Amino acid sequence: MAENLLTATGLEVIYGGRRGVKVLHGVDIAIRRGETVGIVGESGSGKTTLGRALLRLVDVSAGSIHFDGREITHLPEAEMRPLRRRIQMIFQDPMASLNPRHTIRRILVEPLLLHGLAKNAAEAEARVAKILERVTLPAACLDRNPHELSGGQRQRIGIARAALLEPDFVLADEIVSGLDVSTQAQVLKLLKGLSVDLGLAMAFISHDLSVIRAVCDRVYVLRFGKVEEEGACAEVFANPKSDYTRILLDAIPLPEINPGWLDPKTGIEDAA
Amino acid sequence: MTASLLSISGLSAVSDREGGMPILRDVSLSLERGEVRGLVGESGAGKSTIAKALLGILPRTVRVTGGTVQFEGRDLLTMPARELRDIMGAQISLIPQDPQTALNPGRRIEAQLTDGLRLRRGLSSREAHARALKLLEEVQIRDPQRVLHAFPHELSGGMRQRVLIAAAFALEPKLVVADEPTTALDVTVQKQILRLIRDMQKVHGTAVIFVTHDLGVVAQICDSVTLLYAGKVIEAGATADVLQNPKHAYTKALMAAGPRYDRPDAGLEPVPQAVFEQLRAEIGIR
Ligand SMILES: Nc1ncnc2c1ncn2[C@@H]1O[C@H](COP(=O)(O)OP(=O)(O)OP(=O)(O)O)[C@@H](O)[C@H]1O
Ligand SMILES: Nc1ncnc2c1ncn2[C@@H]1O[C@H](COP(=O)(O)OP(=O)(O)OP(=O)(O)O)[C@@H](O)[C@H]1O
Ligand SMILES: [Mg+2]
Ligand SMILES: [Mg+2]
Repeated sequence: MAENLLTATGLEVIYGGRRGVKVLHGVDIAIRRGETVGIVGESGSGKTTLGRALLRLVDVSAGSIHFDGREITHLPEAEMRPLRRRIQMIFQDPMASLNPRHTIRRILVEPLLLHGLAKNAAEAEARVAKILERVTLPAACLDRNPHELSGGQRQRIGIARAALLEPDFVLADEIVSGLDVSTQAQVLKLLKGLSVDLGLAMAFISHDLSVIRAVCDRVYVLRFGKVEEEGACAEVFANPKSDYTRILLDAIPLPEINPGWLDPKTGIEDAA
Repeated sequence: MTASLLSISGLSAVSDREGGMPILRDVSLSLERGEVRGLVGESGAGKSTIAKALLGILPRTVRVTGGTVQFEGRDLLTMPARELRDIMGAQISLIPQDPQTALNPGRRIEAQLTDGLRLRRGLSSREAHARALKLLEEVQIRDPQRVLHAFPHELSGGMRQRVLIAAAFALEPKLVVADEPTTALDVTVQKQILRLIRDMQKVHGTAVIFVTHDLGVVAQICDSVTLLYAGKVIEAGATADVLQNPKHAYTKALMAAGPRYDRPDAGLEPVPQAVFEQLRAEIGIR
């Protein structure tokens, strides 16, 4: 199916060798071109592991992964390399992925030259200037180091760096969880706009169902390394089929007074 | 009329780390016995600075330039260190943000829970043990005996946060300061922890200062709320009034910025630049 950009079936991941712990137990997931898919679940449910498995950053012990019609499950790294540009990742803590000793200019220009997307430094700089404008950062940022930027600015640099490489697919893992609401709104709006403009497919990992609802077309609810429920956001949020999804939704405090919200609801929460 | 339990009046402070930059600007707020007040604001607004002032643990690089912090009519800022020590932990206690680092990794939970009971409340080891067991039951720990004998690393994040809540209420303080106690937790665990804090607060009649950046949390657990920006009180009042009828443009903008799963088309509007300009003009930041 050409419509699906990235698919995985029966994914299993075991950490710590053959006698280790299995943390993904047969996950099926499909991401269409241009589509944003949310992955939600409690801490330890396997969201990050699933994301890393899709990107071939951790080995799978069973199952298969296809990218753009080609099986990549066990593709040797040399053959993966040309695909790496097309598959980008944005992290929760951009500091950890941005070299602290490099200027933002170098951080953004180098990958363009490395992947041959710009013929020379001048061309690369021109592209960087353009993307900086797109993520609404002043050009003065270019001469700073990552630690001289605010959290929201760093996250926009992370997005700019991913977008510069014109990927087909972006994995975003908890990229707004450390930001205050206004900055979070800024970053999410930007990401949404870019994914439309560039026709990006995205997997958006978050533990926050309100954020997922705001940016995703479909959602996968993960629990104990299995898909508990999957579907269009409009469906799943209006009409969750799984009790677990219902519990996750019910646990979100909305900014309006709801007497009794904190009172135990008999039965269902014990399932969590 | 009896005095409020806590009354902060005109509190101002500057940061010597940032060249004398003001970090609290004429902050006033009061708290009655048994009241839960939310302290909200973006990162750097000064929430933790206020919490630290209440606990008498302001860093040396933060200098108070004016105001008073009256607890039961006595100013914590000018109180002799000895008297302050008697109040801290016993009358005012903290639920910290990070359950990973707040417990001593080398000591069993029992030792950490009973120190204060023995040394400050004069309980015997047996009495302190019984009291610690009871406290762990109150915070819904299923196997309190096992947890008493455990080291912190043997407990999950949610369990550790429960232990810290038990510890905060152990000496029956009149005021508990909770500095983002659920930020590091899953929503499901957050809900359980919020319920616990509410239940403990009700049972013991404790007043709580609840620091959070989540207006949803404020709505569910706080009677009143104080919103800060750049160390200045922007809006304060009963939770229902502030959330249903926000007066300041900044409060309104914050309400519109948070995404809501029940209203997918609302939310996600960043605070407009004009609102930040208005704030800076009002506060006098150039
Ligand atoms: N490198 C590793 N080695 C061994 N176990 C791991 C490793 N990384 C993760 N795990 C374990 O695998 C399980 C799934 O972890 P994962 O990080 O995928 O969860 P998550 O859903 O992303 O959680 P969070 O919301 O906390 O980020 C957890 O039990 C975790 O402890
Ligand atoms: N040890 C310190 N010495 C001097 N200034 C400090 C110190 N700690 C914090 N500050 C400054 O005080 C101001 C308020 O910080 P504070 O920690 O109170 O904010 P906050 O509202 O708790 O933010 P957050 O949501 O990030 O916890 C900031 O400008 C900060 O840089
Ligand atoms: Mg993760
Ligand atoms: Mg703080």
